[in-house]
Amino acid sequence: MSSIQIELHENQVKELVEVCRSFNNDPIELINVLHKAQGIFGYLPAEVQEIVSRELNVPVAKVYGVVTFYSFFTMLPKGQNPISICLGTACYVRGAEKVLDEFKKKLKIAVGETTPDGKFSLNCLRCVGACGLAPVVMVGDRTFGRVSPDGVQQILDEYV
Amino acid sequence: MVTQKMNIMVCGGTGCKSSNSELIVTELRRELQENGLADEVQVVQTGCFGFCEKGPVVKILPDNTFYVTVTPEDAHEIIAEHIIKGRKVHRLLFKDPVTEEYINDSKGMNFYKKQLRIALRNCGFINPENIDEAIARDGYAALAKCLTEYTPAEVVDIIKKSGLRGRGGGGFPTGLKWEITAKVKADQKYVICNADEGDPGAFMDRSILEGDPHSVIEAMAINGYCTGSNKGLVYIRAEYPLAIERLKIAINQAHESGLLGKDILGTGFDFDIELRYGAGAFVCGEETALIHSMEGKRGEPTFKPPFPSEEGYLGKPSNVNNVETYANISPIILKGSDWFSSIGTEKSKGTKVFALAGNVNNVGLVEVPMGTTLREVIFEIGGGIRNGKKFKAVQTGGPSGGCLTVKHLDLPIDYDNLIASGSMMGSGGMIVVDEDTCMVSLAKFYLDFTVEESCGKCSPCRIGNKRMSEILETITKGKGTPEDLDRLRNLGEVIKDTSLCGLGQTSPNPVLSTMANFMNEYEAHVIDHKCPAGKCRDLMTYRIEAENCVGCTACARVCPVSAISGERKEVHTIDTSICIKCGACMEKCKFNAVFVS
Amino acid sequence: MDKINLTIDNKPVQVDSGTSILKAAEQVGIKIPTLCYLHLEDLNIENKPGGCRICVVEVQGRRNLAPSCATVCMEGMVVRTNTVRVMNARRTVMELILSDHPSDCLVCAKSGKCDLQKTAQDLGIREVHYKGEQSHYKEDRSPSIIRDMDKCILCRRCEMMCNEFQTVGALSGVNRGFDAVVAPAFEQDLVKSTCTFCGQCVAVCPTGALTEVDHTDNIIRALANPKKTVIVQTAPAVRAALGEEFGMEPGTLVTGKLVTALKQLGFDYVFDTDFAADLTIMEEGTELLTRLTSYLNGNKEVPLPILTSCCPAWVNFFEEYYPEMEDIPSTARSPQQMFGAIAKTYFANKIGVDRKELVVTSIMPCLAKKFECQREEFKTDGNPDVDFSLSTRELAALIKQSNIDFLSLPDSDFDAPMGESTGAAVIFGTTGGVIEAAVRTAYEVYTGKPLQKIDFEELRGMEGIRHATIDFNGLPINIGIAHGLGNARKLLDSIKAGTCNFHAIEIMACPGGCIGGGGQPLHHGQSSVIMARQRAIYQEDANKPIRKSHENPYITKLYEEFLGKPLSEKSHHLLHTHYFNRSKVKVVIPKSKS
Repeated sequence: MSSIQIELHENQVKELVEVCRSFNNDPIELINVLHKAQGIFGYLPAEVQEIVSRELNVPVAKVYGVVTFYSFFTMLPKGQNPISICLGTACYVRGAEKVLDEFKKKLKIAVGETTPDGKFSLNCLRCVGACGLAPVVMVGDRTFGRVSPDGVQQILDEYV
Repeated sequence: MVTQKMNIMVCGGTGCKSSNSELIVTELRRELQENGLADEVQVVQTGCFGFCEKGPVVKILPDNTFYVTVTPEDAHEIIAEHIIKGRKVHRLLFKDPVTEEYINDSKGMNFYKKQLRIALRNCGFINPENIDEAIARDGYAALAKCLTEYTPAEVVDIIKKSGLRGRGGGGFPTGLKWEITAKVKADQKYVICNADEGDPGAFMDRSILEGDPHSVIEAMAINGYCTGSNKGLVYIRAEYPLAIERLKIAINQAHESGLLGKDILGTGFDFDIELRYGAGAFVCGEETALIHSMEGKRGEPTFKPPFPSEEGYLGKPSNVNNVETYANISPIILKGSDWFSSIGTEKSKGTKVFALAGNVNNVGLVEVPMGTTLREVIFEIGGGIRNGKKFKAVQTGGPSGGCLTVKHLDLPIDYDNLIASGSMMGSGGMIVVDEDTCMVSLAKFYLDFTVEESCGKCSPCRIGNKRMSEILETITKGKGTPEDLDRLRNLGEVIKDTSLCGLGQTSPNPVLSTMANFMNEYEAHVIDHKCPAGKCRDLMTYRIEAENCVGCTACARVCPVSAISGERKEVHTIDTSICIKCGACMEKCKFNAVFVS
Repeated sequence: MDKINLTIDNKPVQVDSGTSILKAAEQVGIKIPTLCYLHLEDLNIENKPGGCRICVVEVQGRRNLAPSCATVCMEGMVVRTNTVRVMNARRTVMELILSDHPSDCLVCAKSGKCDLQKTAQDLGIREVHYKGEQSHYKEDRSPSIIRDMDKCILCRRCEMMCNEFQTVGALSGVNRGFDAVVAPAFEQDLVKSTCTFCGQCVAVCPTGALTEVDHTDNIIRALANPKKTVIVQTAPAVRAALGEEFGMEPGTLVTGKLVTALKQLGFDYVFDTDFAADLTIMEEGTELLTRLTSYLNGNKEVPLPILTSCCPAWVNFFEEYYPEMEDIPSTARSPQQMFGAIAKTYFANKIGVDRKELVVTSIMPCLAKKFECQREEFKTDGNPDVDFSLSTRELAALIKQSNIDFLSLPDSDFDAPMGESTGAAVIFGTTGGVIEAAVRTAYEVYTGKPLQKIDFEELRGMEGIRHATIDFNGLPINIGIAHGLGNARKLLDSIKAGTCNFHAIEIMACPGGCIGGGGQPLHHGQSSVIMARQRAIYQEDANKPIRKSHENPYITKLYEEFLGKPLSEKSHHLLHTHYFNRSKVKVVIPKSKS
């Protein structure tokens, strides 16, 4: 997993340390802490993992091992408008793959990437449980149902 | 309990919420307010009705009027016509796709007729954010009964006699599991609820948590009473924000009502529940992996025994059941084990919730007695195949399950029948596919899911599934050989036989079952290098039928690789050596001159 | 204990309850192949992830094959280890593992000693029927260890050693599925991690994924260079293990053959690190007595207990994890570095060779020594005191490459002056040895009386943490011993918590001490090998005419001619060191912009 190098501000470090304290610096709370940390930073850069490692007294290799195990965690910042294509079975059999291809073509990025202007990032996810609306696309918290490849541009237009 | 004459129930499940059902609630309330009816008619945002196909769904009680695909703009008409004038809004009623009749009463809908709702009993009937509504429908009555009338052993006995089996996949007898945990001596035990619903295409657990969270809380407390535990943990997917929110609200309300916490109902029994969040790993549905994940580690499974009932969370005995299993507990306590065991088949008692999806008319959540046939579920409840296509197969059990075919349609669904036919119950995903589906590609889709979700700990699952996927890739690219089929079969069998956990032990099922039931399709791919369903791009050839082509040049202009040539007003041709089979020409042609074979 | 009866391949077996099928099968002469499983019985080290699935067997009544390493025997069990189903499954799994493994066995550093290669041969794999994408990773080269993860089979032994036994936490399983691999944080190079270079990951790796940095070529070139004077020192634990590389029984002492081989290789002087071990005792022992006396005289500021500092992985460990306690360990350099410092001053002077033309090499049971000898503080004007450090395994390879038939070699003696040593120095090679050597000298220096009994049995053994109280003529001296950094961590934490009343503690990073070092011949999971080496070490000690460091005449001469006395200014300059804060988890907090 590649990462970008950042410098954390003092108040960000403080906030993170506070999060760890709120979980009693207990190593078994690592995943909960990482959820909160990703909530604060939007992603989990190496520097954040190092602080979590120090505060929870878990080797940083182990923290990284956990971060790379779960698909919810990312070490790359997401775009302003994170696009997620549901590739659950219901969506798949109703053509989600073609919708994904269209997004890739339109945004000129691969899954897991962010457009150079930082506007959009593209990801796949597993079943949001809105199978009645398949295929489903989520942009941020908004859900778009019954998306066809033709409708892709229309969705993007809403965010430009 | 609601005292109003009429109730407007608006589905607030994730599916309907995604289609703006919250704005419908706002609009309905505004309309009622304007008409001075706010005190007489209550708008309730419920959990999922199950009929996700036609969401957002609005139901009027007591007359059971069922409005589908409602928009916020329809609020005015619903209030003005139905509530004030008593005239149903015809255009919003559900139209039976077969008879083309509009259905007035939801009880008349085929979708609901064959269903028997035990686990989903309250979904769509209560406001999940109000504990009083749950209590009004017997919520926590079973807990009270257990605490005051039964010993822990008696409760375990009731569950054992009911014949309830785990609804998460394996089908392990629930009562037996409880008994094992109860018998282990330890200073601390845990009650764990597995709400890490990871099957793509299954969403019953989420719907229960969103629509009736108290049923799960209550059952966990009952389990705590039986097993001697005062600590419950719900491991829930972080991708389920609504379920998390409602569960949190429910836990708080239960606390305030003295149904959780210290000295529950004055009986001296303490029980509390905490949430733990999953972070996107399918394998964490496996109980040992789930426990490692709850401990803040990589969700890698470990060999059993020891079972979690003996050595689980933090090394302590832990009873792990999934959401749907817990949702069955209270009715069993209240109505008795005889009632429950009278439903279902010999070895599979009660009902099962299925997430019916795919190329079927009525997508949604259905709960049917064990023993209901696939035909009943797909054709009666599900309303048959979309767009008049032919039924080809149904995939049950998610990525761990198998594909069943026409010959299995009259199979009564239960744990053992499904396994005997090469599939499994799994968590209850049921994906219907039509004749246009390539079974090799479908098998590959499922396998690729496992490849991505394999934890990588054991070699057969880590490398074997990858190799199977690569072989399938070769086949769908038209480069497969008959020997590839032997390799696939041997790999599939060895991976099943040697993998560490349930994920690997079932991952080849989609391939092995499609090989068993659709061998001709595999053979067509590797011998004739053809895809009978016309889905495998590399096995297709596009051509222009001279008779239909008018030489409009539209296809040539749209072709991204300039594979089409021809003068204006003359017949065009496709150079198949250049063609990338994108299908753009076919979409563009207005004269049906482009064919694919 | 309850007895369990079962049959394995129709042979009845009776075992204690809790026994695995694998162990039960061994009792009746059935050897089930394994890959990921590792059990160093005498050291309480076990790796049982049940991940490779090579050891699967058929258990009657079970749906799936069972991993014999992790499946416990049950009464009446009927086990089959060699049915068609089992053999096909085992071969298929092996082919799968090989399908994601480079097939460059002929030129692999592990060839001939590789568990994967051997098992594949035993299973009769002649063709890999499954082909596809292979994992590719960047090669990671640290001063000590090379990680070639293309060859990793995910047995997780290294991860277990690094985390559970050593508590170093440099390695973890990362990513998942086909991309899963064992790596340091952020998949960075080992040098950027918390790695101590103890080499225990290398010692247990069943394939060529983890190997040592090979310096044999540097040695060959130095030996061939007429301008260079090349000298060699050999650590005590080497002589108790080198023979294994030539097929000799574990525990065979090969000191004499070792010296002959080194001479035949062309080293100008063949010396012994044991000489420097005696010197270490003079310095460290004096330091202990100085601190102790000062403490007994009422100076409560004196840092006690004193901790040994011979083990370079241990030094790396406390610099990484306990930088705030850097005044506790002895400042004495390790024997390797003391040797180098004396060789490049005293000895270079003696033979009239400039230090730049003198190549000091060492044969060590250790991989951290490679890291240690290139530390900046052990260099003079960029010239290291020790130029190259070779592991026992590399020396064996060098001997083989040079066409020397080791088994037929006669014995020879080390050269003077730095080849003379005592029994006290020999036991540096095992856990408990350094402190026993120190006690032999400290006792006599402190009490002024000769020891009645030279062997301190109470300091010996294989338990991870041991302690004993030695009576210094009415003064009870509390000694602690730990081997394995996880055990060291426990002792350090108790010092930190103030619950520890030891005066002196010996710490060795590797299981069993240097005899179980990361550079030793591979034990392939047999802890009996390490036990045998320990017996050999004590045997060598018992055979020595002189067994107390302060009685080594050449050491006495070194002080007379060169150093003056222990802890003299010259000693301080040449034989002592200081420690650095190497803690990796440092967060630089920039000043917030206002």
